[in-house]
Amino acid sequence: MISLVGGVFTPFNYQFFTNGIIVATIAGGLCGLLGVFVVLRGMSYIGHGLSHAVFGGAAASAVMGINYFVGAGVWGIISGVLIGRIARRRLIGADAAIGVVTTASFALGLALLNRYGQAQKSIEAVLFGSVLGVKPIDILAVALVTVFTVVLILAFYRALLFATFDPEVAEVSGVRVAWVEALLMAMLSLTILVTMRVIGTLLISAMLVIPASTARMLTNSFARMLWISPLIGAATAGVGMYASYFLDTSASATIILTATAVFISVYALAGIRGRSRIAHVHHV
Amino acid sequence: MSPEVLVECAHISCAYDSAFVVHDVHFTVRKGDFVGIVGPSGSGKTTLLKAVLGAIRPQSGHVTMKPGLRMGYVPQVESVDWNFPVTVLEVMVMTRSKVGRRPRITAEERTAALEVLDRLGLGGLQDRHIRELSGGQQQRVFVARALFHKPELLILDEPTSGVDIRTRHEVLHLLADLHDDGVSIVLTTHDLNGLAAHLPRMVCLNREVIADGAPIDVLTSEVLEQTYGAPMEVLLHEGMPVVLDHGGTDVAKRVGTLL
Ligand SMILES: Nc1ncnc2c1ncn2[C@@H]1O[C@H](COP(=O)(O)OP(=O)(O)O)[C@@H](O)[C@H]1O
Ligand SMILES: [Mg+2]
Repeated sequence: MISLVGGVFTPFNYQFFTNGIIVATIAGGLCGLLGVFVVLRGMSYIGHGLSHAVFGGAAASAVMGINYFVGAGVWGIISGVLIGRIARRRLIGADAAIGVVTTASFALGLALLNRYGQAQKSIEAVLFGSVLGVKPIDILAVALVTVFTVVLILAFYRALLFATFDPEVAEVSGVRVAWVEALLMAMLSLTILVTMRVIGTLLISAMLVIPASTARMLTNSFARMLWISPLIGAATAGVGMYASYFLDTSASATIILTATAVFISVYALAGIRGRSRIAHVHHV
Repeated sequence: MSPEVLVECAHISCAYDSAFVVHDVHFTVRKGDFVGIVGPSGSGKTTLLKAVLGAIRPQSGHVTMKPGLRMGYVPQVESVDWNFPVTVLEVMVMTRSKVGRRPRITAEERTAALEVLDRLGLGGLQDRHIRELSGGQQQRVFVARALFHKPELLILDEPTSGVDIRTRHEVLHLLADLHDDGVSIVLTTHDLNGLAAHLPRMVCLNREVIADGAPIDVLTSEVLEQTYGAPMEVLLHEGMPVVLDHGGTDVAKRVGTLL
């Protein structure tokens, strides 16, 4: 009995794993929160594009010896705001342009790591995330970004909602939609920046889509989505991280699979009405 | 002396990609106006409304507004994301993003919003999701949102498209009441006989302004042919112009012979 209880708590005997669970849980909540905007705007490709762009910035700053948060952060925010701008103007070929630029940034990052990085291991860590790479500063970073994001969303709640629901009318009603979108893209970039080391570049966009889509099936209220989605994100990320210890699987893959399992359960139980609510959500 | 000018579009041209979809349009809205803009699909009606609102900037020409003009916009039903997770009350209150930024809806806001909803016959529906409403109710929610700010100028994009005849009557009565209360109104419509012909002023648009004036003067075969690119006959019925759509009557005739 004692050994069983001991077994359940074993992961917590390792400081790095405890840190990993804390970061994953907060990161899952944060992705869930911003995912609401990503999903309702039907712009899941932006999470994908941004994470690839940030990867390039991360690799470049590693090679140049710049602090990860500074280098990749600046890079991420710039590319985020630019992507938002291009996407908003709905120019023909904007999707392609975003795809080309972010994929190029990603390829550049890979090449830099190949050429100047230490080992295959570090590439794998950035692509798929690594619980081993989590340091106390990651906890601080993800916590700070979360507080920043929550404060901003509460402070500009109506402008964010208005600009998301009806940007044109919001604009003529005095909402500075371009600013709101830049703010949103900056928050997304920062989120990707601080969660990438745990969840990894390749799977982070899934964490921006799955909890929010699940929440959408459960409620018809924007306000309720804003707390259900982070709860699902945090719970599935924490549980996934914890389970990965016992299953001896990749933490990020286990987190995504846990979130997917919750999505599928809700999908099965939600009935036609619930499901139809996400019928318009593209690229899930 | 003519009434005060609210919005003046001075020879504006608008384009999205390359070609002008609105070209050299001169259009003035004055206090007390009740204008219907008609024209075939793609003729630039929505684009012109957005230019009047200031939502898009013309490539050439300019739009001037009376300083501090309060405008309300009711978008075309098809352009609204009905799946978006908001209730009727949330749709109305989100527009007050300057006064109250935070999520909580104050008691005064609630009372003010419910008053407008009641007036539009939407009492009791404030907590419904916007998709769980009838077509006429959906239309009126956005009228309610616009009225929430007590606009001097109300701009509506196809307020009667896709609604049944009874709803159309409701919407028209509502607009007539608002106009009587002093709200100036600009709307677009496909409905020549049911709507445009009853308004004091109509504008025929097809990239350019073909005609602008009272329906009795504007509704002529020549103007309609230039606007729609198809011949149409105009009859007078009790002093009101009635447009006969030949495409429509042909079909009716053929259906008639089939029966
Ligand atoms: N956002 C847009 N981007 C590109 N083209 C557009 C856009 N909106 C409208 N158009 C084009 O402009 C023309 C006029 O459209 P619109 O003003 O919506 O006409 P209407 O409202 O009379 O149907 C159409 O050919 C339409 O395809
Ligand atoms: Mg239109």
